[in-house]
Parts: sequence; structure tokens; C-alpha cells
Amino acid sequence: MKELVLVLLLLLGLFSHAKTIEICASCEVKTIKNGIVKASDFDTLLIKKGTYKEFNIIVDKPLTLLGENYPVIDGEDKGEIITIISDNVTVDGLFIINVGTSYTSDYAAVRVVKSKKFLIQNVVLEKLFFGIYLEKSRDGKVYHNKIIGDAVEEFNSGNGIQLWYCKNIEVEQNIVQHVRDGIYLEFSDDIIIKNNISSNNVRYGLHFMFSNNDIYEDNVFEKNGSGVAVMFSKKIKMYNNTFSENWGTASFGILLKEINDAEIIGNTFEQNTVGISIEGSNRIKYSKNDFINNGWALKVRGACYGNTFSSNNFMHNSFDVSYNSKLNDNLFQGNYWSKYTGYDLDKNGTGDVPYRPVKLFSYIVNRTPETIVLLRSLFMDIIDFSEKVSPVFTPDNLMDNAPLMKKM
Amino acid sequence: MLKILKYSFYDLMRSRWSYVYFFFYLALGFVLLFLNNDVSKAVITLMNVIIVLVPLIATIFGVMYYYNSKEFTELLLAQPIKRTSIFLGQYFGVAGSLSLSLVLGLGIPFIFYGLFRSNAIWDFSLLLVTGGFLTLIFTALAFNIALSNENKIKGFGYAVLLWLFLAVIYDGLFLMSLIVFEEYPLDTFSLVSTMLNPIDLSRTLILLKLDISALLGYTGATFKKFFGTDFGFFVSMGILILWTIFPIWRLVYKARKKDF
Repeated sequence: MKELVLVLLLLLGLFSHAKTIEICASCEVKTIKNGIVKASDFDTLLIKKGTYKEFNIIVDKPLTLLGENYPVIDGEDKGEIITIISDNVTVDGLFIINVGTSYTSDYAAVRVVKSKKFLIQNVVLEKLFFGIYLEKSRDGKVYHNKIIGDAVEEFNSGNGIQLWYCKNIEVEQNIVQHVRDGIYLEFSDDIIIKNNISSNNVRYGLHFMFSNNDIYEDNVFEKNGSGVAVMFSKKIKMYNNTFSENWGTASFGILLKEINDAEIIGNTFEQNTVGISIEGSNRIKYSKNDFINNGWALKVRGACYGNTFSSNNFMHNSFDVSYNSKLNDNLFQGNYWSKYTGYDLDKNGTGDVPYRPVKLFSYIVNRTPETIVLLRSLFMDIIDFSEKVSPVFTPDNLMDNAPLMKKM
Repeated sequence: MLKILKYSFYDLMRSRWSYVYFFFYLALGFVLLFLNNDVSKAVITLMNVIIVLVPLIATIFGVMYYYNSKEFTELLLAQPIKRTSIFLGQYFGVAGSLSLSLVLGLGIPFIFYGLFRSNAIWDFSLLLVTGGFLTLIFTALAFNIALSNENKIKGFGYAVLLWLFLAVIYDGLFLMSLIVFEEYPLDTFSLVSTMLNPIDLSRTLILLKLDISALLGYTGATFKKFFGTDFGFFVSMGILILWTIFPIWRLVYKARKKDF
């Protein structure tokens, strides 16, 4: 008897609190906009399969927009499609296409403005300008979305997922392709970016500006115009990401510019023109990363102090490390270098002769870039050898005193 | 010509040096694979070895063979045989047996270690093709030198010098000129200079496979076109063929004119 009452109460609660409004071509409610008007707080709008030609849908109540079998919302290039200005909004399972392009306002497929506790999941976006645009919002989640743009040029395209002045947001398991910046963060703190795949974007796979205390881990960044850029930010943690095939004259796995106190651990850099390009970055800990078949594994450009590189694998890179000055304040210790030719007589696992990762040739290439065509020439090997014996041009204290004999 | 080719070829096949050469590559292949245990990595190491060693051996061997078989050549010249066929026959005999030693010596260990199952097969074929071309080019150059010098010591000297020049000194001069003229646009110059040396040319072919990520780091339209597309590969291959044809043509020309 008690249980029955409980169930009845629950059902009653459901009916009185959250009712479901069905939206379809033959239903009572035919458009999403109309549905929002009719709905009261905490209702669910069940959007049935079909095509809805709507734009400027403003969600101003805590609602759940649930798509059934991926209904298409076609903005017909007229402007922004969904704008969320209320807390506790869920958008789930929609297929949104044809976002308008504008040079004066950033139209997005889904925009969240000054809201809390939102959830955007299972959304597919195509033919977009900006994808998911989070603005001054917090405590939300962007989960399992697929964003496929058609960007060609930087100036007339938008970003896949953009966070602007946001706090405490999780961005997980999204796929972002062919947009300008896959994921873009500006002035956003305490963000977790996890398990995303960002590839073939025109500019950066992931782009940080003035954002602190963020974590990104287990993401894949592939074939982006320039890789991942982390700029002017503090305390960023980068764990177990994969950066691969970022090729081009200004391409890199990660670009670090004015970054302090970050951690870069367990990442894989494979076949990038430059693995990590470092500029004005201090006290960064690099460890357990794999640098495989890159043009340059590390390119250190200047004003980098107090960084430590330990327990990394440097394998088959054309150049391991390049420096453009003779000063060095960074520590290299206990890394594995595939080019190391020393021996280990005391059998402690580390080589008895220090390894010098900066070659004279990389110094020459920095000075005269055309000399790159002499890569792997016997002559270069000979002068590299003589530089190794007595360093003149390369920083003489830059060496790994305990190079590992076996890879980590 | 075929008869003489066959004769030279069998003569060399029976000689000790072909076996030494063959076993050297066999050992090199096995040792590299044993130490690396990874076909694609071994291919990379081998590429470095091949572009230096193959020219050296082809040069020395070519000069040596020519001087050794001089008396036999003179005997043949007394017979009613065309001069071109005598010299070309000998040349192809030497170059053929050297290439065969190279291909077999390297091919056997790699096939044992599962070349056909790995994706390094294209790199490896490129390696063998480059090796073959270098053998052809440097044997022809060696024959040219030997034909122009009656004096054995001089001939050997020139041959070694030629190798040293193309393998090491040329790159040194090349580098110096790049640094001296660094304020000028140099990308066309550097590509042309690469083309003028068969060893550099082979190296470029290999770079296109191995270090493409580093090569694309340089800003320059010519570089981008050359390294970024198949254009570079075809141009390098074409010029390598020209490099083979030219010394052979000169060999024929010289042999016709020479007074024995």
C-alpha cells in the first residue's frame, strides 16, 4: 500500500512538474519555437524526426530539448540557431545545419549565454560558422558531439567549440573537424578537455588564450593547420594526448608561448614538423612524452627558464633539440635518445657519456634554412662529430648527463 | 656485346671480390636487423650506409677491373669485334655483378625478417633502386677515369678523389656557399646544386621518404613544390637517369677514339 502511494506520488510529481511536449509536422505543436513558448519550467520537448527550418530559437526556460532519431534543424544560413539564456538546459540528439555566416556577429549553432548547469550532448553540427559557443557560462558539460565544418580560410570561418569567460566546464568525447580552431578557450578557467578528436582544422586543433588551471588529456590532435597553441596561460596540465602529422612551415604539435608552471606528461608527438615549439615559457615539467619521427622534437626559441625534461623518449627525429642561443637554463636528465652512441660500462641503465641533443647542423639550419637539403649528408655527420667533441657554437652546458640506454 | 657481357659477368661471379662484397652486405643486413629488430628502422640506417659505401665500392671496383683486364681487352681489340661492344660489355658485366651482389646481399636478410609483411617495402625498394643507380653511375665514372689514364696509380688516385669529392667535399663547398650567400634567395640554387651531384641526388630521394616533416619546415615556394608533391621524386629520378646515361655515352665516345 505504501509503495503504491509512493509510485502514485511520483507519477503525480512527474505530471505536475515535467511534462513532455511532442513536436512534429503532424503534432499539435509544429515548431520548436512554439514548443518553448508553450512549455513550462523543467519540461521536455521531444522533437520527432523531420526537418525544422528555424533559426534564432531562444531557450529562456530550464528545458530539455530532446531529439528523436536526429531531427534536422536547418538554419538556412540566416543566423544563429539555438541560443540558451537559462540555467539547467539540456540539448540532446539534434542535427543542426546551415548556420549563417556573418562578419559582424559570431553566429553559432548552439550558444550558451551566462547560464549554469547546461548539458549539450549527442549533437551533430554541419555547415556551420561557429559550432558550440559558450559565453560567460559555468558548470556545464559538452559531451559526445560531432562537429564537421567546411572551413577553407581562416578569415571567414569560425571555431568548433568556443569557450569565452567560462568556468568549470567539461568538454568530453567530441569530434571536431574542418573548422578554424577545433576547440578555443579564452579567459576560461578550470576546464577539463578529455577524449576529444580534433583533426583537419584550418588553424589550431586546440587553442588556449589567457586561460588558467585547465586540464586536457587523452585527446587526439591530427593534421591540423598548425597543431595546438597554448598561449599566455598558467598552470595548464596536458596529459596523454596524441599530436600527429601537423605538417607545414608554421606547424607544430604544441606551440607554447608565455606559459608558466605547466605540466606536459605522457603525450605522444609523431611526425610533426616541430613537436613542441617553446617560447617564453618557464618552469614547465616535461616527462614521459614520446617524440617519434618529428622534424624537430623540441624547438626552443628563447626566454625559457627553469624547464625540466626528464624520462622522455626521443626517437628518430631529424633534429632532437634546436636552440637559437648559447644560453641554457633548462635541465635535460634521464631521457632516451635514439641517436645516443655512448656506452654503459657500470650497467646502471644510464649512459656513461653525456648526450648533447643540440647538433651543430641544427644551429646552421636555424641560421640558413636552405641548408636543410644537406640533412643526412656525410659531411654534416663529420662536422657534427667535431662539434660533439668540442662544442663551440652550441650551448656547452646543454646535455643529458644520464641518458637512458633503453627506451622508457 | 652480350657475349662479352656474359664473359665479364661470369668472370666476376667466379672472382673472390664479388663474394666478399656479397657477404659484406649479407652480414650488414643481418647485423642491422638483429640489432634493430625492426625492418623500417634498419632500412633507415641502411640508407645512410648505401649512399656513401656503394659509390666507393663501385669506383674502386670499376677502376680495378679495368686495369686488371687490360691485357684481355687488348687481345679482344685485335679481333673483329666492335669497340663499343667490348667496353660496354665489360662495363655492364661489372655494374651488373655489383648490383646483383647488392640486391641479393641486402634482399635475403630483409626477406628473412619479414619484409613483405612490413610497410617498409617501398622504402626498401627505393633503397635498392638508388643503390643500383649509384653502382651504374660510379662504375661508369670509374671506367671513364681508367680509360683516360694509362697510369694505374694516377687512375686509382683520381677515382678515390672523385669519390671523396662527391661524397664529402662537394657538400662542404655547397654548405659554405649557402652560408656565404645566405642573404640571397637560395632555394633554387640549393636544389640545382643537389641535382649536380649523384650522391646528393640519391640522398634527396631518401630524404623525401624519411624526413619529409623536417623538409616542410622551411618557407619557400620552390621547396614546397619540390618536396611537398611527387614533383621532387620524379625530377630526382629523371636526373638520376641522365646521370647514368651521360658517363656511359662518354665511355662509348672515348673508347671509339682511343688509340691503344
